[in-house]
Amino acid sequence: MEELIKVNDIKVNFRSGTRTIRAVDGVSFSIGKKESLGLVGESGCGKTSIGNAILALVPIAGGDIFFNGCNLADIKKRSEFMNYRKNVQMIFQDPYASLNPRMTIGSAIMEMYNNENEMFQMAAELLRTVGLEENYINRYPHEFSGGQRQRIGIARALASSPSLLIADEPVSALDVSVQIQILNLFRNLQEQYNLSYLFISHDLAVVKYVCSRVMVMYLGKIVESGPIDMVYSVPAHPYTAALLSAVPDIDAGLSARRSNKRKSRIILKGDIMANTGHIEGCRFYPRCIMAENICKQAEPPKIQIGPERWSCCHFAEKIVNIRVPACME
Amino acid sequence: MNSSTNILEVRNLKVWFGKKNKPVKAVDDVSFVIPADSTVALVGESGCGKSVTALSLVKLVPSPPANYLGGEVILNGRNISAMSEKSLYKVRGREIAYVFQEPSVALNPVVRVGNQIKEAVKLCGGGNADDEALKLAEMVGLPNPSYTLRRYPHELSGGMQQRVMIAMALASRPSLLVADEPTTALDVTIQAQILELLVSLQKKMKMAILLITHNFGLVAETADWLYVMYAGRIIEAGPTENVLAEPLHPYTRELLNAVPRLNTSGTMQGIEGTVPDLACLPSGCRFAPRCKYVKENCLKEEPSLLFNFNRNRSVRCFYPLADEGILKNGRIN
Repeated sequence: MEELIKVNDIKVNFRSGTRTIRAVDGVSFSIGKKESLGLVGESGCGKTSIGNAILALVPIAGGDIFFNGCNLADIKKRSEFMNYRKNVQMIFQDPYASLNPRMTIGSAIMEMYNNENEMFQMAAELLRTVGLEENYINRYPHEFSGGQRQRIGIARALASSPSLLIADEPVSALDVSVQIQILNLFRNLQEQYNLSYLFISHDLAVVKYVCSRVMVMYLGKIVESGPIDMVYSVPAHPYTAALLSAVPDIDAGLSARRSNKRKSRIILKGDIMANTGHIEGCRFYPRCIMAENICKQAEPPKIQIGPERWSCCHFAEKIVNIRVPACME
Repeated sequence: MNSSTNILEVRNLKVWFGKKNKPVKAVDDVSFVIPADSTVALVGESGCGKSVTALSLVKLVPSPPANYLGGEVILNGRNISAMSEKSLYKVRGREIAYVFQEPSVALNPVVRVGNQIKEAVKLCGGGNADDEALKLAEMVGLPNPSYTLRRYPHELSGGMQQRVMIAMALASRPSLLVADEPTTALDVTIQAQILELLVSLQKKMKMAILLITHNFGLVAETADWLYVMYAGRIIEAGPTENVLAEPLHPYTRELLNAVPRLNTSGTMQGIEGTVPDLACLPSGCRFAPRCKYVKENCLKEEPSLLFNFNRNRSVRCFYPLADEGILKNGRIN
């Protein structure tokens, strides 16, 4: 598959007093054309920082980002950079905070463009595309519901004809019945506009609805990655397994009730370790139910367990219970 | 359901806001019961009235702006809705205790958490506050209790803060714990920890739990009974397995169909439209404008609650989805 964006060992740091927080600590992945990649993890794992790094909203402290083969670090001219920005757009989590309350939604959508005649036509068409009425173009954000505002945010992102959309928790703030409408919109738009997505969320089920591949993140690193069906049905990392078992699921809950047993679930002990300073060994070690001595001492290698599937755990193969053929690395 | 084993009985609760000529009917004729030792869930989307219902049990919403217009709340056999403010004060935090969504907001940021727990203990006349606080901290699984109790809220993670809130709520050994979206603000692995804690505490302390949530997965796993709210009314109720496996109300079914699941495949449909404005409700059934199965009379007349023969399932609809021996002629409210 042609790579649209390739991220190579990027690092993002934040300073907190005298300490450096390593929010993203060496992450690599790529997204192909018309591909949707999910990024899941809990709060503080660094997933938002990855999105921000790709958007060049925060500087990267190491590594490279390649877009269509060009290294972003090589872009010196502002015009080239603005071109990159047009190609990579973002949908934000809070529909109430991401629209300027003093701009009509039409102006917000067409802020990038100068030609007035074209502007209105294009804005109207974009509104139609996201399922809103054309005549809303002169209304203000406060006149819309959360779901509608999110649609406006999507229309705005599409205005520059991007090839990659980064959606950071785009439906978390919405009610259940509205969420699915927006998720369906994401699906349809991908077909219509040949879009690629980096879909960031803590909600594993939502990610599954939109994405074909998923990366699981923990404390600044990707711990597992692969086709979403496989990762969810046979996780290859203890954290993925714990995440999956923690999700309150209607079907699982009902079958547990019927069999009169509590749903067996992996409960993680304790809290997340700090991601400042040097971490020896596996960063999931303190909470892992499978942890052994090697986990404390040595950082787990990236183990390939299938085509386009890998896991950073000393016991990845044991968890998945397969034998890796000798020809794979 | 044997009424002598109900910790809580709510009958025809009505709490409106706003002006008399244009009221916001937040809680409109709501009735439900909570049997002893059970977990009952009150489910609905935002704006349906579930939080106001929970707070109204002990009139926690100040009046004004709330108008407590009617209904009865019977707790452990006593009618607390008729009580004076002075008497009600003694019920709050004692027989009924609350745990809210945002522990970082509910905790006093300048007081050590241990002292906040002790305050709760002292307010309900518990014994030695220091000992009690330690005991409660252990009960809720706070690691290293004597160290943790000396921390300030901001030094604790979200999950630990919520455990502190639960400890405070348990100080009086309440008969009923009301948890309003207790895990929504927490990460999913921490959420699982807190839910396990609530379930085990319920068994140990023989306590009933009223769980307010919009998450059907949580309901499936933890609640014995389920009440679904829409636009200020209860529109369906019954044992969790029955309601979730075979919903009777179109709204319940559409809502369940709109929840992405871990093993989903295929396309799901949402519900057209939005919830009605509680200040200008449509005539007829409140869900009718969005209902796929709407018929003419649905828009003119509002259905009342219908019960099945066992009286353990009810639905507010003229045309419930499955005919489970629903008493169609009995207009029981």
